[in-house]
Amino acid sequence: MKIGAVLGLAIFLLTRLAPAAEPIVVGSKKFTESYVLGEIAKTLLERAGFNVRERAGMGGTIILWQALRGGQIDLYPEYTGTIGEEILKTKERLSEEAMRDALAKLGVGMSADLGFNNTYALVMRRTEAARLGIETISDLRRHPDLKLGLTHEFLDRQDGWRPLATHYGLTMPNVSGIDHAIGYAALARGSIDIKDAYSTDAKIQENNLIVLRDGRHFFPEYKAVFLYRLKLDPRAIGALKSVGEIDEAKMIALNAAAERTKNYAYAASLFFHTAAPNESVPPRDLAPKLAGWIGRHLQLAGISLFFSILIGLPLGIAASRGGPLGHGILALVGMIQTIPSLALLALLVPVPFLGISATTAIVALFLYGLLPIVRNTATGLQDIPPALRDSATALGLEPGARLRKIYLPLASRTILAGIKTSAVINIGTATLAALIGAGGLGEPILSGLNLNDNATILEGAIPAALLALLVQGLFDLLDRFLIPRGLRLGS
Amino acid sequence: MAGVSPLEQPICGNCMHPLVQLLGVARSFGETIALHPTDLDFLPGLTTALIGPSGCGKSTLLRLIIRLVRPDAGKVIFDGLEVTEANAQAVRRRVGYVIQEGGLFPHLTARANVLLMARHLGQTTPEMEKRLEELCALSQFPRAALARFPAELSGGQRQRVSLMRALMLAPEVLLLDEPLGALDPLVRSALQRDLKEIFARLKQTAVLVTHDMGEAAYLAHDIVLMNDGRIVQRGSAAELRDHPANEFVSEFISAQRSAAF
Repeated sequence: MKIGAVLGLAIFLLTRLAPAAEPIVVGSKKFTESYVLGEIAKTLLERAGFNVRERAGMGGTIILWQALRGGQIDLYPEYTGTIGEEILKTKERLSEEAMRDALAKLGVGMSADLGFNNTYALVMRRTEAARLGIETISDLRRHPDLKLGLTHEFLDRQDGWRPLATHYGLTMPNVSGIDHAIGYAALARGSIDIKDAYSTDAKIQENNLIVLRDGRHFFPEYKAVFLYRLKLDPRAIGALKSVGEIDEAKMIALNAAAERTKNYAYAASLFFHTAAPNESVPPRDLAPKLAGWIGRHLQLAGISLFFSILIGLPLGIAASRGGPLGHGILALVGMIQTIPSLALLALLVPVPFLGISATTAIVALFLYGLLPIVRNTATGLQDIPPALRDSATALGLEPGARLRKIYLPLASRTILAGIKTSAVINIGTATLAALIGAGGLGEPILSGLNLNDNATILEGAIPAALLALLVQGLFDLLDRFLIPRGLRLGS
Repeated sequence: MAGVSPLEQPICGNCMHPLVQLLGVARSFGETIALHPTDLDFLPGLTTALIGPSGCGKSTLLRLIIRLVRPDAGKVIFDGLEVTEANAQAVRRRVGYVIQEGGLFPHLTARANVLLMARHLGQTTPEMEKRLEELCALSQFPRAALARFPAELSGGQRQRVSLMRALMLAPEVLLLDEPLGALDPLVRSALQRDLKEIFARLKQTAVLVTHDMGEAAYLAHDIVLMNDGRIVQRGSAAELRDHPANEFVSEFISAQRSAAF
């Protein structure tokens, strides 16, 4: 009855999380320009009368591509260079037409290019470049001691660092991986000398940086386009095509506006209204947003914890009996715990029925929550003194009744400690859910990272920390009700 | 048994067939032989003491009766029926079991410990309260202390609660594994006196494991002396003292005496 109700509630919440069939879902990547282009697409579609939902700031290219193929999103902004190098992985450079044909075979359409080329570039401080006499990438050969801080994606791309170094014959020993937005701060502070950039990054002008000339034409063109599912309503595709031209200067201005106001929707509106940049910025209402993030965060952590308990307790009971099964269970849940959380999310994305969704985040959190519960349940049960086990058996209680009436209550303190650990870990780890567009308090943290804006990061980080403390406190309180009083007496 | 108070269960006065019988029961733990093939019977209404040095197999023998330990060989017969895995639960409910330090469940009050099985079996509250009343009087346990948890009771009180729990369902046999071993001498002698009276009042069939010859002589009709997993001699305290079967018996008895005086 009670359990049924809770289960029903959980299923209800889960089904609510499943993407609704109706609205068009617009995805975007985790950097300013992608957010802004996503907002522009959203406005275009809304003007054409469509109901639009955003999945903003999702992890890398592969995650968005998978989401598009899987139908969790309907369109997102992409770049021709990335399509060639990372999605189709072709050796030779394709024309736009060839690219469109190849994508069509995969059920994906590509819009006309939006009017600007946002290629990769290497940037450095203008003053430093002048002092060392560096203008082109080839010039770097004379300065192998310069420190490079490159984004992780650039480090691994087919058109990224290693092929670039080979192409130019660069031998730079000081290369480290760093987040894009944080890299700009590091460059400004002088902790690195060179980083990769997108040529329309607003920071290039703002921070007085110089783009090193790609004299040997290593970087492919990165013309912005929208990728969309061919199944999408033709009227929606028509609406996207009405976007018109966005030139490089325009895009840089929009990016700068977005970073200054920390409001992507506002930046997108500048594109449509051609409003003056000093027009009053609409106030950002923190309270309702915060409530939304916290609500979603609790939903993610709560549902996953519920299933961790539901599955973890029986597994822990089985594990407490030892033997090959018990050891196997403990080894398995222990192994899951060692998978880095980001990798686990990435591994779950291609699983059918999961994809880019809150369900995936919940599954990952559920898997992480298992170990503390399974291990503590097993330990708690194994630590029951043999004399008490004998007493329970000698009374003539059936095995099930022994477990229910004696063993589980005796182990309750340890089991609850496991559940508490699990809950606190879940609250922390749930911030990563934002990487696959599942929302929660990770959303402001990610966008703050992207904007290099500490205030925005704290909008997510402080509530997440407080939430973890609150959950800890709640469980301490719960101990008083759930741990039998006799066990809380001194002895 | 309807209409008969459980405290006054009739015992079979003239048909003295054993209530519990061990036939060739043996048990090893790994390489160690805890009990060589052993035959032993326990007659209704009598108290039997199993005595011997540590590791002689007396506790194992006791635990074999209710299948807390499974026999490697032989069989245990309870009231004419062989004890098997299938009927062990039913047999255990007809047997009371008291261990050193009580084995009380720390998460339950004294009352809940005593009533645990009766509740599990669905007895009514008036039934249980009546029985609880009788048991408190019998074991001289203050009713007010029933609401306490084991951690709030003295060692002697815990043993009294443990005894009440074992007697709750009016067991046909009571097994006691060094029940007084952890108590200080004064409490111990008071409890010995009370136990003797209770056994006599209930005409209780009881098996007591102890390493104390004085306790065995005081409480038991019949003493079974064990060593190295074998029964060495069985008889009254006087028989063991006056006619020891071998050197070990006389040594064990004289060692116990010198320890006592």
